[in-house]
Amino acid sequence: MKKRKILLDLLLTFMKIGLFTFGGGYAMISIIENNCVERKKWISHDDMMNITVIAESTPGPIAINCATFVGYQQAGFPGSVIATLGIVVPSFIIIFLISMFLDNFLEIAIIANAFKGIKIAVGILILDAAVTMIKKMQKKVFPRVIMIFSFAAMLLINIFSWNFSSINLMLIAAAISFIVFILNDTSMQKGGAEK
Amino acid sequence: MIYFDLFFGFLRVGCFAFGGAYGAIPLIRDVVLSYGWLNEDTLTYMIAVSESTPGPIMINLATYVGSSQGGIWGAIIATLAVVLPSYLIILLVMAVLKTLIKNKYFQAVLRGIKPCVIGIILATGVYMILGNLITLSDGISLKTQSLILTMILAVILLGVKKIKNKKLSPIMTIILSAVLGVIMYGF
Repeated sequence: MKKRKILLDLLLTFMKIGLFTFGGGYAMISIIENNCVERKKWISHDDMMNITVIAESTPGPIAINCATFVGYQQAGFPGSVIATLGIVVPSFIIIFLISMFLDNFLEIAIIANAFKGIKIAVGILILDAAVTMIKKMQKKVFPRVIMIFSFAAMLLINIFSWNFSSINLMLIAAAISFIVFILNDTSMQKGGAEK
Repeated sequence: MIYFDLFFGFLRVGCFAFGGAYGAIPLIRDVVLSYGWLNEDTLTYMIAVSESTPGPIMINLATYVGSSQGGIWGAIIATLAVVLPSYLIILLVMAVLKTLIKNKYFQAVLRGIKPCVIGIILATGVYMILGNLITLSDGISLKTQSLILTMILAVILLGVKKIKNKKLSPIMTIILSAVLGVIMYGF
């Protein structure tokens, strides 16, 4: 009985998240954080950060990655199916209806204008998600340097529409971090041996 | 058979679509055009529709192409195919995550990726806001209405945070912005 309640809660929460996800995955980080971390307390902020990183390093929409992760953690395999379905169902119904009945969806003035407003909120939400993460980032030089360089690189990639995927940027950051760790590790071991 | 094509076409999109929907658009274009499901114009239109309807862009595109090619079953199959890879990958990741996260080499890699992802998200947000405010069509010019809208929204958000000592929820922010958009640009 309790399990059924959790499943229903997962379904409704992720349907709500699916219904309000606009413009790529980043805006939904704020929505998931607000619902799954702050309200339902299903996962911690650290979990959320890990999911974001995993979602970015694996293919597929972030929304699906997050839903599967949270659903599985809350209620195992059935939970992962239900939460993932929850994300998909609202947009599925909307797009299906549009494809069947509306040939000129974007020419409907009220929808086009509402979306012009939503685009502005989406930008603000993404910025807000980033600022929240920066505040909770380790206050050390190394992560800050990586963050600032990635920021600058990604901004330039966007502005000049360079054909350079963000995944390459992440691979570079991972490699640098790995090398720094190996160097530190071996120098520490040497230091230890001399003593 | 169209259902097989839809399934394998969108499975490919789901498997290789790294870096969010925008990063995946070249791949989606490649698949959708090579099967002849959409032409360049309808694809551009559909990306715009997918952006202005709720839900991940990739999934919206799959649903649309599926339903236009194979009705309700086409829509279900294409949507399922695009979701399946990321679903399975996350299940796999979760199975090994607990042991992996204790591994010092994995931690080292993660320490690099985390701030990088934060930087990427920050850049996307900044770029999006700039794109909303500035147009590059002939020289750089400000979009006045967008600027006013952004300022109104920012003032409301900061006001709510100050008065209620709590952020306005993201969903309320989106609803509010849609209403403001309709008021600003007419209906």
